[in-house]
Amino acid sequence: MKQYRDAEVISAEQLAEGIYSVVLQAGEIAAQALSGQFVCVYSDDKAHLLPRPISICDTDREAGTLRLVYRVVGFGTDELSRKKAGDYVRILGPIGTGYEQVAEGAERPVRVLIGGGIGIPPMLLLAKEWSEAGYEVHTVLGFRNRDTFLLHDFWKYGYVHIATDDGSVGVHGTVVDAIREEKIITSDNAFTALIAACGPMPMLRGVANLAKEQGVPAYISLEERMACGVGACLGCIVKTRDVDEHSHVHNKRICTEGPVFNVKDLML
Amino acid sequence: MNTSVNLAGVTLKNPVLTASGTFGSGMEYSEFVDLNRLGGVVTKGVAVTPWEGNPTPRVAETTGGMLNAIGLQNPGLDVFLQRDMPFLQKFDTRIVVNVCGHSEEEYVEAVARLADSPADLLEINISCPNVKEGGIAFGTNAAKIEEITRAVKRVAKQPVIMKLSPNVTDITEMALAAQNGGADAVSLINTITGMKIDINRRTFALANKTGGLSGPAIKPVAVRMVYQVAQKVSIPILGMGGIACAEDAIEFLMAGATAVSVGTANFHNPRVTEEIVAGIESYMTRNRVEDINELIGCVK
Repeated sequence: MKQYRDAEVISAEQLAEGIYSVVLQAGEIAAQALSGQFVCVYSDDKAHLLPRPISICDTDREAGTLRLVYRVVGFGTDELSRKKAGDYVRILGPIGTGYEQVAEGAERPVRVLIGGGIGIPPMLLLAKEWSEAGYEVHTVLGFRNRDTFLLHDFWKYGYVHIATDDGSVGVHGTVVDAIREEKIITSDNAFTALIAACGPMPMLRGVANLAKEQGVPAYISLEERMACGVGACLGCIVKTRDVDEHSHVHNKRICTEGPVFNVKDLML
Repeated sequence: MNTSVNLAGVTLKNPVLTASGTFGSGMEYSEFVDLNRLGGVVTKGVAVTPWEGNPTPRVAETTGGMLNAIGLQNPGLDVFLQRDMPFLQKFDTRIVVNVCGHSEEEYVEAVARLADSPADLLEINISCPNVKEGGIAFGTNAAKIEEITRAVKRVAKQPVIMKLSPNVTDITEMALAAQNGGADAVSLINTITGMKIDINRRTFALANKTGGLSGPAIKPVAVRMVYQVAQKVSIPILGMGGIACAEDAIEFLMAGATAVSVGTANFHNPRVTEEIVAGIESYMTRNRVEDINELIGCVK
Protein backbone atom coordinates (compact mmCIF):
# COMPACT_ATOMS: atom_id res chain seq x y z
CA MET A 1 0.00 0.00 0.00
CA LYS A 2 1.53 3.30 -1.10
CA GLN A 3 1.59 6.17 1.37
CA TYR A 4 1.56 9.92 0.72
CA ARG A 5 3.03 11.69 3.73
CA ASP A 6 5.50 14.12 5.20
CA ALA A 7 8.77 12.54 6.26
CA GLU A 8 11.17 14.11 8.75
CA VAL A 9 14.79 14.55 7.71
CA ILE A 10 16.97 12.63 10.20
CA SER A 11 20.28 13.49 8.58
CA ALA A 12 21.58 14.97 5.35
CA GLU A 13 25.07 15.13 3.85
CA GLN A 14 26.96 15.71 0.64
CA LEU A 15 28.84 12.65 -0.62
CA ALA A 16 30.57 13.98 -3.73
CA GLU A 17 30.30 16.82 -6.24
CA GLY A 18 26.53 17.19 -6.81
CA ILE A 19 25.73 13.93 -4.97
CA TYR A 20 23.75 14.09 -1.74
CA SER A 21 22.40 11.64 0.82
CA VAL A 22 19.33 12.11 3.01
CA VAL A 23 17.86 9.82 5.66
CA LEU A 24 14.11 10.20 6.21
CA GLN A 25 11.82 9.00 8.97
CA ALA A 26 9.26 7.35 6.71
CA GLY A 27 7.47 4.79 8.93
CA GLU A 28 5.47 2.29 6.89
CA ILE A 29 7.13 3.32 3.62
CA ALA A 30 10.50 2.23 5.00
CA ALA A 31 9.02 -0.92 6.52
CA GLN A 32 7.56 -2.01 3.18
CA ALA A 33 10.28 -0.80 0.79
CA LEU A 34 11.99 -3.40 -1.39
CA SER A 35 15.25 -3.08 -3.30
CA GLY A 36 14.70 -1.51 -6.70
CA GLN A 37 11.65 0.47 -5.62
CA PHE A 38 11.59 4.25 -5.44
CA VAL A 39 9.75 7.12 -3.81
CA CYS A 40 8.32 10.30 -5.30
CA VAL A 41 9.65 13.45 -3.65
CA TYR A 42 7.54 16.61 -3.91
CA SER A 43 8.77 20.19 -3.87
CA ASP A 44 7.54 22.63 -1.23
CA ASP A 45 7.12 25.17 -4.03
CA LYS A 46 3.62 25.14 -5.54
CA ALA A 47 5.03 26.24 -8.90
CA HIS A 48 6.91 22.93 -9.17
CA LEU A 49 4.17 20.36 -9.30
CA LEU A 50 5.64 17.08 -10.40
CA PRO A 51 7.23 14.57 -8.09
CA ARG A 52 10.91 13.65 -8.46
CA PRO A 53 11.28 9.87 -8.60
CA ILE A 54 14.28 8.90 -6.43
CA SER A 55 15.45 5.34 -5.91
CA ILE A 56 15.68 3.82 -2.46
CA CYS A 57 19.35 3.39 -1.52
CA ASP A 58 18.89 1.75 1.87
CA THR A 59 16.33 1.15 4.60
CA ASP A 60 16.28 0.43 8.29
CA ARG A 61 12.96 -1.32 8.75
CA GLU A 62 13.06 -1.29 12.53
CA ALA A 63 13.90 2.39 12.76
CA GLY A 64 11.46 3.15 9.90
CA THR A 65 14.09 5.12 8.02
CA LEU A 66 14.80 5.40 4.34
CA ARG A 67 18.04 6.57 2.74
CA LEU A 68 17.98 8.37 -0.60
CA VAL A 69 21.15 9.22 -2.51
CA TYR A 70 20.58 11.52 -5.46
CA ARG A 71 22.23 13.94 -7.86
CA VAL A 72 21.21 17.59 -7.92
CA VAL A 73 19.93 18.13 -11.46
CA GLY A 74 17.31 20.84 -11.10
CA PHE A 75 15.00 22.79 -8.85
CA GLY A 76 13.52 19.89 -6.88
CA THR A 77 16.74 18.08 -6.07
CA ASP A 78 18.45 21.40 -5.28
CA GLU A 79 15.69 22.19 -2.80
CA LEU A 80 16.03 18.71 -1.28
CA SER A 81 19.80 19.16 -0.91
CA ARG A 82 19.19 22.24 1.27
CA LYS A 83 17.05 20.35 3.80
CA LYS A 84 18.48 19.85 7.28
CA ALA A 85 17.70 17.46 10.13
CA GLY A 86 14.27 18.34 11.49
CA ASP A 87 12.89 19.62 8.16
CA TYR A 88 10.10 17.76 6.41
CA VAL A 89 9.76 16.40 2.88
CA ARG A 90 6.52 15.24 1.25
CA ILE A 91 6.94 11.79 -0.26
CA LEU A 92 4.88 9.04 -1.88
CA GLY A 93 5.93 5.42 -1.82
CA PRO A 94 7.10 2.78 -1.95
CA ILE A 95 6.57 2.71 -5.71
CA GLY A 96 7.10 0.15 -8.39
CA THR A 97 8.15 -3.43 -8.86
CA GLY A 98 11.69 -4.02 -7.60
CA TYR A 99 14.12 -6.93 -7.61
CA GLU A 100 11.67 -9.20 -5.77
CA GLN A 101 10.57 -10.21 -9.29
CA VAL A 102 13.91 -11.95 -9.93
CA ALA A 103 12.85 -15.51 -10.58
CA GLU A 104 16.28 -17.12 -10.47
CA GLY A 105 17.62 -18.49 -7.19
CA ALA A 106 20.51 -20.59 -5.91
CA GLU A 107 21.24 -21.98 -9.38
CA ARG A 108 22.69 -18.56 -10.20
CA PRO A 109 24.73 -17.67 -7.11
CA VAL A 110 27.11 -15.20 -8.81
CA ARG A 111 25.30 -11.86 -8.60
CA VAL A 112 26.82 -9.05 -10.62
CA LEU A 113 25.38 -5.68 -9.59
CA ILE A 114 26.21 -2.87 -11.98
CA GLY A 115 25.69 0.80 -11.21
CA GLY A 116 26.62 3.79 -13.34
CA GLY A 117 26.66 7.33 -11.91
CA ILE A 118 23.41 8.09 -10.14
CA GLY A 119 22.33 4.51 -10.96
CA ILE A 120 24.70 3.35 -8.21
CA PRO A 121 22.57 4.08 -5.08
CA PRO A 122 19.73 1.56 -5.71
CA MET A 123 22.32 -1.22 -5.96
CA LEU A 124 23.24 -0.82 -2.28
CA LEU A 125 20.05 -2.26 -0.76
CA LEU A 126 20.17 -5.06 -3.32
CA ALA A 127 23.83 -5.84 -2.50
CA LYS A 128 22.86 -6.01 1.16
CA GLU A 129 19.89 -8.32 0.50
CA TRP A 130 21.78 -10.64 -1.84
CA SER A 131 24.87 -10.88 0.35
CA GLU A 132 22.63 -11.69 3.34
CA ALA A 133 20.93 -14.35 1.19
CA GLY A 134 24.36 -15.96 0.76
CA TYR A 135 25.05 -15.06 -2.86
CA GLU A 136 28.51 -14.13 -4.18
CA VAL A 137 28.03 -10.41 -4.74
CA HIS A 138 30.21 -8.48 -7.19
CA THR A 139 29.41 -4.81 -7.44
CA VAL A 140 30.72 -3.01 -10.50
CA LEU A 141 30.52 0.76 -10.17
CA GLY A 142 31.08 3.29 -12.93
CA PHE A 143 32.15 6.84 -12.04
CA ARG A 144 33.32 9.79 -14.13
CA ASN A 145 36.52 10.24 -12.10
CA ARG A 146 38.04 9.81 -8.65
CA ASP A 147 35.14 11.70 -7.06
CA THR A 148 33.49 8.42 -5.97
CA PHE A 149 30.73 7.80 -3.44
CA LEU A 150 29.18 4.97 -1.38
CA LEU A 151 32.32 2.77 -1.68
CA HIS A 152 32.53 2.23 2.07
CA ASP A 153 28.93 1.06 2.06
CA PHE A 154 29.43 -1.38 -0.81
CA TRP A 155 32.61 -2.86 0.70
CA LYS A 156 30.42 -4.38 3.41
CA TYR A 157 28.68 -6.55 0.83
CA GLY A 158 31.06 -8.58 -1.29
CA TYR A 159 33.57 -7.65 -3.99
CA VAL A 160 33.68 -4.12 -5.40
CA HIS A 161 35.05 -3.31 -8.86
CA ILE A 162 35.42 0.22 -10.20
CA ALA A 163 35.54 1.75 -13.67
CA THR A 164 36.16 5.44 -14.33
CA ASP A 165 35.75 7.42 -17.54
CA ASP A 166 39.15 9.09 -17.02
CA GLY A 167 40.98 6.05 -15.63
CA SER A 168 41.80 7.81 -12.34
CA VAL A 169 40.47 4.86 -10.29
CA GLY A 170 40.06 1.23 -11.27
CA VAL A 171 39.60 0.21 -14.88
CA HIS A 172 39.88 2.99 -17.47
CA GLY A 173 36.59 2.66 -19.36
CA THR A 174 33.05 1.49 -18.85
CA VAL A 175 31.53 -0.97 -16.39
CA VAL A 176 31.37 -3.51 -19.22
CA ASP A 177 35.13 -3.03 -19.79
CA ALA A 178 35.68 -3.69 -16.08
CA ILE A 179 33.61 -6.88 -16.19
CA ARG A 180 35.73 -8.16 -19.10
CA GLU A 181 39.12 -7.04 -17.79
CA GLU A 182 38.56 -8.33 -14.28
CA LYS A 183 36.95 -11.52 -15.64
CA ILE A 184 33.87 -11.13 -13.45
CA ILE A 185 31.68 -12.89 -15.98
CA THR A 186 33.47 -15.34 -18.28
CA SER A 187 32.34 -18.26 -20.41
CA ASP A 188 33.36 -20.47 -17.46
CA ASN A 189 31.00 -18.99 -14.90
CA ALA A 190 28.30 -17.40 -17.07
CA PHE A 191 25.88 -20.24 -16.41
CA THR A 192 25.97 -19.39 -12.68
CA ALA A 193 25.71 -15.60 -13.04
CA LEU A 194 22.89 -13.08 -12.90
CA ILE A 195 23.08 -9.34 -13.64
CA ALA A 196 21.26 -6.41 -12.03
CA ALA A 197 21.99 -2.95 -13.40
CA CYS A 198 20.99 0.70 -13.12
CA GLY A 199 22.50 3.64 -14.93
CA PRO A 200 22.35 5.76 -18.07
CA MET A 201 20.78 4.21 -21.18
CA PRO A 202 24.07 3.76 -23.14
CA MET A 203 25.45 1.77 -20.19
CA LEU A 204 22.27 -0.31 -19.94
CA ARG A 205 22.46 -1.10 -23.66
CA GLY A 206 26.08 -2.23 -23.18
CA VAL A 207 25.03 -4.41 -20.24
CA ALA A 208 22.13 -5.86 -22.27
CA ASN A 209 24.54 -6.80 -25.07
CA LEU A 210 26.96 -8.41 -22.64
CA ALA A 211 24.13 -10.36 -21.00
CA LYS A 212 22.92 -11.59 -24.36
CA GLU A 213 26.41 -12.53 -25.53
CA GLN A 214 27.11 -14.52 -22.32
CA GLY A 215 23.58 -15.91 -21.96
CA VAL A 216 23.19 -14.34 -18.53
CA PRO A 217 19.78 -13.19 -17.28
CA ALA A 218 19.74 -9.44 -16.61
CA TYR A 219 17.36 -7.19 -14.73
CA ILE A 220 17.69 -3.47 -15.26
CA SER A 221 16.22 -0.48 -13.51
CA LEU A 222 14.97 2.37 -15.71
CA GLU A 223 14.50 6.06 -15.17
CA GLU A 224 12.07 8.34 -17.01
CA ARG A 225 10.28 11.66 -16.60
CA MET A 226 7.17 11.00 -14.55
CA ALA A 227 4.00 12.89 -13.72
CA CYS A 228 1.67 10.86 -11.50
CA GLY A 229 3.96 8.14 -10.13
CA VAL A 230 0.99 5.79 -9.65
CA GLY A 231 0.39 4.38 -13.13
CA ALA A 232 -2.44 6.64 -14.24
CA CYS A 233 -0.92 9.22 -16.59
CA LEU A 234 1.15 6.93 -18.88
CA GLY A 235 3.94 9.53 -18.95
CA CYS A 236 6.77 7.08 -18.16
CA ILE A 237 6.67 4.13 -20.50
CA VAL A 238 9.22 1.80 -22.03
CA LYS A 239 8.73 -0.03 -25.32
CA THR A 240 8.28 -3.76 -24.89
CA ARG A 241 8.83 -6.73 -27.18
CA ASP A 242 5.35 -8.12 -26.62
CA VAL A 243 1.97 -6.53 -26.12
CA ASP A 244 1.68 -5.63 -22.44
CA GLU A 245 -1.08 -7.17 -20.37
CA HIS A 246 -2.19 -3.88 -18.88
CA SER A 247 -1.73 -1.36 -21.69
CA HIS A 248 -2.63 -3.75 -24.54
CA VAL A 249 0.06 -2.02 -26.62
CA HIS A 250 3.88 -2.39 -26.67
CA ASN A 251 4.37 -0.16 -23.63
CA LYS A 252 4.94 -0.91 -19.97
CA ARG A 253 4.67 1.72 -17.24
CA ILE A 254 8.07 2.30 -15.62
CA CYS A 255 6.39 3.44 -12.37
CA THR A 256 4.17 0.38 -12.05
CA GLU A 257 5.40 -2.67 -13.98
CA GLY A 258 8.95 -1.30 -13.42
CA PRO A 259 11.27 0.40 -12.71
CA VAL A 260 13.00 -3.01 -12.69
CA PHE A 261 12.51 -5.09 -15.82
CA ASN A 262 13.88 -8.30 -17.22
CA VAL A 263 15.95 -6.99 -20.12
CA LYS A 264 14.64 -9.67 -22.48
CA ASP A 265 11.15 -8.09 -22.31
CA LEU A 266 12.29 -4.65 -23.49
CA MET A 267 13.11 -2.88 -26.77
CA LEU A 268 16.06 -0.74 -25.70
CA MET B 1 -26.82 22.04 2.26
CA ASN B 2 -27.25 20.98 -1.38
CA THR B 3 -24.10 20.27 -3.36
CA SER B 4 -25.72 18.38 -6.22
CA VAL B 5 -25.82 19.82 -9.70
CA ASN B 6 -27.46 18.81 -12.95
CA LEU B 7 -25.05 18.38 -15.83
CA ALA B 8 -26.92 17.83 -19.11
CA GLY B 9 -29.73 15.94 -17.38
CA VAL B 10 -27.45 13.86 -15.15
CA THR B 11 -27.45 14.57 -11.43
CA LEU B 12 -23.98 14.71 -9.87
CA LYS B 13 -23.75 14.52 -6.06
CA ASN B 14 -21.27 17.37 -6.21
CA PRO B 15 -19.63 19.30 -9.03
CA VAL B 16 -16.16 17.76 -8.68
CA LEU B 17 -14.99 15.38 -11.40
CA THR B 18 -11.58 14.24 -12.57
CA ALA B 19 -10.02 15.49 -15.79
CA SER B 20 -9.53 13.01 -18.59
CA GLY B 21 -6.06 11.55 -18.88
CA THR B 22 -4.93 12.43 -15.38
CA PHE B 23 -6.85 9.81 -13.42
CA GLY B 24 -6.75 6.64 -15.57
CA SER B 25 -10.05 4.92 -14.97
CA GLY B 26 -9.87 5.65 -11.26
CA MET B 27 -8.23 2.39 -10.23
CA GLU B 28 -4.77 3.78 -9.47
CA TYR B 29 -6.12 6.70 -7.45
CA SER B 30 -8.69 4.65 -5.52
CA GLU B 31 -5.82 3.86 -3.12
CA PHE B 32 -5.82 7.54 -2.11
CA VAL B 33 -9.33 8.82 -2.83
CA ASP B 34 -12.78 7.46 -1.95
CA LEU B 35 -14.28 7.59 -5.43
CA ASN B 36 -17.75 7.58 -3.85
CA ARG B 37 -17.02 11.14 -2.69
CA LEU B 38 -16.63 12.45 -6.25
CA GLY B 39 -19.33 13.81 -8.52
CA GLY B 40 -17.90 11.72 -11.30
CA VAL B 41 -14.85 10.12 -12.83
CA VAL B 42 -13.93 11.21 -16.35
CA THR B 43 -11.89 8.38 -17.83
CA LYS B 44 -8.72 8.56 -19.87
CA GLY B 45 -9.61 8.88 -23.55
CA VAL B 46 -10.52 5.61 -25.18
CA ALA B 47 -10.69 4.77 -28.89
CA VAL B 48 -12.12 1.85 -30.84
CA THR B 49 -8.67 0.22 -31.15
CA PRO B 50 -5.58 0.40 -28.89
CA TRP B 51 -3.25 3.39 -29.47
CA GLU B 52 0.51 3.15 -28.79
CA GLY B 53 0.96 6.84 -28.01
CA ASN B 54 4.10 8.96 -28.47
CA PRO B 55 7.79 8.25 -27.75
CA THR B 56 9.29 9.45 -24.46
CA PRO B 57 9.92 11.93 -22.91
CA ARG B 58 6.17 12.45 -22.78
CA VAL B 59 6.03 14.91 -19.91
CA ALA B 60 7.98 17.97 -18.79
CA GLU B 61 7.54 20.29 -15.86
CA THR B 62 7.14 24.01 -16.44
CA THR B 63 6.74 26.82 -13.92
CA GLY B 64 3.27 26.42 -12.43
CA GLY B 65 2.36 23.65 -14.82
CA MET B 66 3.46 20.86 -17.07
CA LEU B 67 3.54 19.84 -20.70
CA ASN B 68 2.36 16.47 -21.88
CA ALA B 69 2.40 14.65 -25.18
CA ILE B 70 1.24 11.17 -24.19
CA GLY B 71 -0.34 10.73 -27.60
CA LEU B 72 -3.62 9.34 -26.22
CA GLN B 73 -2.19 5.89 -25.50
CA ASN B 74 -5.15 3.67 -24.62
CA PRO B 75 -5.96 -0.06 -24.54
CA GLY B 76 -8.97 0.23 -26.85
CA LEU B 77 -12.67 0.01 -26.16
CA ASP B 78 -12.92 -3.79 -25.68
CA VAL B 79 -10.48 -3.81 -22.76
CA PHE B 80 -12.02 -0.65 -21.37
CA LEU B 81 -15.49 -2.18 -21.32
CA GLN B 82 -14.32 -5.50 -19.85
CA ARG B 83 -11.88 -4.22 -17.26
CA ASP B 84 -12.30 -0.53 -16.45
CA MET B 85 -16.04 -0.08 -16.67
CA PRO B 86 -16.89 -2.89 -14.18
CA PHE B 87 -14.37 -1.36 -11.76
CA LEU B 88 -16.03 2.06 -11.93
CA GLN B 89 -19.50 0.54 -11.56
CA LYS B 90 -18.60 -0.57 -8.05
CA PHE B 91 -18.69 3.07 -6.91
CA ASP B 92 -21.50 5.48 -6.33
CA THR B 93 -20.18 8.08 -8.75
CA ARG B 94 -20.99 9.12 -12.30
CA ILE B 95 -19.01 7.55 -15.12
CA VAL B 96 -18.01 9.94 -17.88
CA VAL B 97 -16.25 8.16 -20.73
CA ASN B 98 -13.85 10.32 -22.72
CA VAL B 99 -13.77 9.28 -26.37
CA CYS B 100 -11.05 9.92 -28.94
CA GLY B 101 -10.72 9.10 -32.61
CA HIS B 102 -8.61 9.68 -35.71
CA SER B 103 -11.63 10.22 -37.94
CA GLU B 104 -15.33 11.02 -37.73
CA GLU B 105 -16.06 7.32 -38.33
CA GLU B 106 -13.92 6.29 -35.35
CA TYR B 107 -15.75 8.69 -33.02
CA VAL B 108 -19.12 7.44 -34.25
CA GLU B 109 -18.14 3.80 -33.86
CA ALA B 110 -16.86 4.33 -30.31
CA VAL B 111 -19.96 6.26 -29.27
CA ALA B 112 -22.25 3.63 -30.83
CA ARG B 113 -20.46 0.85 -28.95
CA LEU B 114 -20.78 2.78 -25.69
CA ALA B 115 -24.50 3.35 -26.19
CA ASP B 116 -25.61 0.35 -24.14
CA SER B 117 -22.74 0.56 -21.64
CA PRO B 118 -23.17 1.87 -18.07
CA ALA B 119 -21.58 5.22 -19.01
CA ASP B 120 -23.62 8.15 -17.65
CA LEU B 121 -22.14 10.76 -19.95
CA LEU B 122 -19.74 10.88 -22.89
CA GLU B 123 -17.05 13.49 -23.34
CA ILE B 124 -15.75 13.78 -26.89
CA ASN B 125 -12.11 14.82 -27.20
CA ILE B 126 -11.97 16.72 -30.46
CA SER B 127 -8.36 17.79 -29.95
CA CYS B 128 -7.19 14.50 -31.50
CA PRO B 129 -5.27 14.72 -34.77
CA ASN B 130 -7.46 14.29 -37.86
CA VAL B 131 -5.43 11.75 -39.80
CA LYS B 132 -7.25 12.38 -43.09
CA GLU B 133 -6.39 16.08 -42.97
CA GLY B 134 -2.71 15.97 -42.08
CA GLY B 135 -3.13 15.67 -38.32
CA ILE B 136 -4.80 19.02 -37.70
CA ALA B 137 -7.00 18.82 -34.60
CA PHE B 138 -10.72 18.51 -35.38
CA GLY B 139 -11.46 21.00 -32.62
CA THR B 140 -9.96 24.02 -34.36
CA ASN B 141 -12.60 24.20 -37.09
CA ALA B 142 -16.17 25.24 -36.20
CA ALA B 143 -17.80 23.51 -39.17
CA LYS B 144 -15.99 20.27 -38.34
CA ILE B 145 -17.08 20.51 -34.68
CA GLU B 146 -20.70 20.91 -35.69
CA GLU B 147 -20.44 17.99 -38.11
CA ILE B 148 -18.82 15.61 -35.58
CA THR B 149 -21.28 16.63 -32.87
CA ARG B 150 -24.21 15.90 -35.16
CA ALA B 151 -22.71 12.55 -36.17
CA VAL B 152 -22.07 11.32 -32.63
CA LYS B 153 -25.42 12.62 -31.37
CA ARG B 154 -27.17 10.47 -33.97
CA VAL B 155 -25.87 7.27 -32.32
CA ALA B 156 -25.36 8.35 -28.70
CA LYS B 157 -27.74 7.20 -25.97
CA GLN B 158 -26.00 9.24 -23.25
CA PRO B 159 -25.75 13.02 -23.11
CA VAL B 160 -22.75 14.22 -25.11
CA ILE B 161 -20.21 16.75 -23.85
CA MET B 162 -17.94 18.21 -26.53
CA LYS B 163 -14.47 19.01 -25.09
CA LEU B 164 -13.16 22.22 -26.62
CA SER B 165 -9.61 23.20 -27.44
CA PRO B 166 -8.37 26.63 -26.33
CA ASN B 167 -5.98 26.75 -29.31
CA VAL B 168 -8.40 28.80 -31.39
CA THR B 169 -9.03 32.48 -32.08
CA ASP B 170 -12.51 32.54 -30.57
CA ILE B 171 -13.61 29.64 -28.38
CA THR B 172 -17.20 30.92 -28.21
CA GLU B 173 -17.53 30.20 -31.93
CA MET B 174 -16.51 26.58 -31.27
CA ALA B 175 -18.93 26.30 -28.33
CA LEU B 176 -21.77 27.63 -30.49
CA ALA B 177 -20.88 25.14 -33.23
CA ALA B 178 -21.11 22.29 -30.69
CA GLN B 179 -24.44 23.64 -29.45
CA ASN B 180 -25.76 23.91 -33.01
CA GLY B 181 -24.68 20.32 -33.65
CA GLY B 182 -26.84 19.20 -30.73
CA ALA B 183 -24.26 18.90 -27.93
CA ASP B 184 -25.76 18.50 -24.47
CA ALA B 185 -22.82 20.28 -22.83
CA VAL B 186 -19.33 21.57 -23.55
CA SER B 187 -16.19 21.05 -21.50
CA LEU B 188 -13.31 23.49 -21.52
CA ILE B 189 -10.47 24.02 -21.65
CA ASN B 190 -8.30 21.27 -23.03
CA THR B 191 -4.55 21.95 -22.77
CA ILE B 192 -2.84 24.92 -24.43
CA THR B 193 -0.17 23.93 -26.94
CA GLY B 194 3.31 24.74 -25.67
CA MET B 195 6.98 23.91 -26.01
CA LYS B 196 9.99 23.56 -23.74
CA ILE B 197 13.62 23.33 -24.77
CA ASP B 198 16.19 21.44 -22.74
CA ILE B 199 19.17 23.80 -22.94
CA ASN B 200 21.61 21.17 -21.64
CA ARG B 201 20.72 18.62 -24.30
CA ARG B 202 20.00 21.35 -26.92
CA THR B 203 16.79 19.67 -27.92
CA PHE B 204 13.07 19.64 -27.15
CA ALA B 205 12.06 18.56 -23.66
CA LEU B 206 9.32 16.41 -25.22
CA ALA B 207 9.99 13.83 -27.93
CA ASN B 208 6.89 15.16 -29.70
CA LYS B 209 8.44 18.70 -29.69
CA THR B 210 5.13 20.29 -28.63
CA GLY B 211 2.76 19.30 -25.86
CA GLY B 212 -0.30 20.41 -23.98
CA LEU B 213 0.23 22.87 -21.13
CA SER B 214 -1.86 22.27 -18.02
CA GLY B 215 -1.77 23.20 -14.35
CA PRO B 216 -2.25 26.42 -12.36
CA ALA B 217 -0.39 28.44 -15.03
CA ILE B 218 -3.37 28.17 -17.39
CA LYS B 219 -6.16 28.80 -14.86
CA PRO B 220 -6.82 32.48 -15.62
CA VAL B 221 -7.10 31.67 -19.34
CA ALA B 222 -9.54 28.86 -18.56
CA VAL B 223 -11.69 30.99 -16.25
CA ARG B 224 -11.87 33.71 -18.90
CA MET B 225 -12.91 31.21 -21.58
CA VAL B 226 -15.52 29.55 -19.37
CA TYR B 227 -16.96 32.98 -18.63
CA GLN B 228 -17.05 33.98 -22.31
CA VAL B 229 -18.66 30.70 -23.37
CA ALA B 230 -21.21 30.93 -20.55
CA GLN B 231 -22.35 34.29 -21.96
CA LYS B 232 -22.94 32.77 -25.41
CA VAL B 233 -24.39 29.27 -25.00
CA SER B 234 -27.43 27.86 -23.23
CA ILE B 235 -26.02 24.36 -22.63
CA PRO B 236 -24.09 23.61 -19.40
CA ILE B 237 -20.31 23.87 -19.10
CA LEU B 238 -17.88 21.45 -17.48
CA GLY B 239 -14.99 23.76 -16.57
CA MET B 240 -11.34 22.83 -16.15
CA GLY B 241 -7.82 24.17 -16.44
CA GLY B 242 -5.44 24.40 -13.49
CA ILE B 243 -7.86 23.71 -10.65
CA ALA B 244 -5.78 22.81 -7.59
CA CYS B 245 -8.02 23.69 -4.62
CA ALA B 246 -11.64 24.37 -3.64
CA GLU B 247 -11.23 28.12 -4.19
CA ASP B 248 -10.16 27.48 -7.78
CA ALA B 249 -13.18 25.22 -8.35
CA ILE B 250 -15.52 27.88 -6.98
CA GLU B 251 -14.04 30.47 -9.37
CA PHE B 252 -15.03 28.23 -12.30
CA LEU B 253 -18.56 27.77 -10.92
CA MET B 254 -18.96 31.53 -10.51
CA ALA B 255 -17.69 32.07 -14.05
CA GLY B 256 -20.49 29.84 -15.30
CA ALA B 257 -19.39 26.21 -15.07
CA THR B 258 -21.98 23.73 -13.76
CA ALA B 259 -19.24 21.30 -12.71
CA VAL B 260 -15.45 21.12 -12.81
CA SER B 261 -12.72 18.63 -13.63
CA VAL B 262 -9.49 18.41 -11.64
CA GLY B 263 -6.46 17.21 -13.57
CA THR B 264 -2.80 18.06 -13.12
CA ALA B 265 -3.31 18.73 -9.39
CA ASN B 266 -3.71 14.96 -8.89
CA PHE B 267 -0.04 14.59 -9.77
CA HIS B 268 1.02 16.92 -6.97
CA ASN B 269 -1.42 15.55 -4.41
CA PRO B 270 -3.17 12.23 -5.10
CA ARG B 271 -5.85 13.09 -2.54
CA VAL B 272 -6.67 16.51 -3.99
CA THR B 273 -10.08 15.71 -5.54
CA GLU B 274 -11.56 14.61 -2.23
CA GLU B 275 -9.98 17.61 -0.51
CA ILE B 276 -11.65 19.91 -3.05
CA VAL B 277 -15.08 18.34 -2.34
CA ALA B 278 -14.56 18.95 1.39
CA GLY B 279 -13.25 22.47 0.72
CA ILE B 280 -16.32 23.43 -1.29
CA GLU B 281 -18.56 22.21 1.54
CA SER B 282 -16.67 24.24 4.09
CA TYR B 283 -16.81 27.34 1.84
CA MET B 284 -20.59 26.89 1.63
CA THR B 285 -20.89 26.55 5.41
CA ARG B 286 -18.70 29.59 6.05
CA ASN B 287 -20.60 31.71 3.55
CA ARG B 288 -24.08 30.34 4.38
CA VAL B 289 -24.65 29.03 0.86
CA GLU B 290 -27.65 26.66 1.04
CA ASP B 291 -27.51 25.46 -2.54
CA ILE B 292 -24.41 25.26 -4.69
CA ASN B 293 -26.50 26.20 -7.73
CA GLU B 294 -26.62 29.76 -6.32
CA LEU B 295 -22.93 30.03 -7.18
CA ILE B 296 -23.12 28.85 -10.79
CA GLY B 297 -22.69 31.82 -13.09
CA CYS B 298 -23.28 34.28 -10.24
CA VAL B 299 -20.59 36.59 -11.61
CA LYS B 300 -21.97 38.27 -14.73
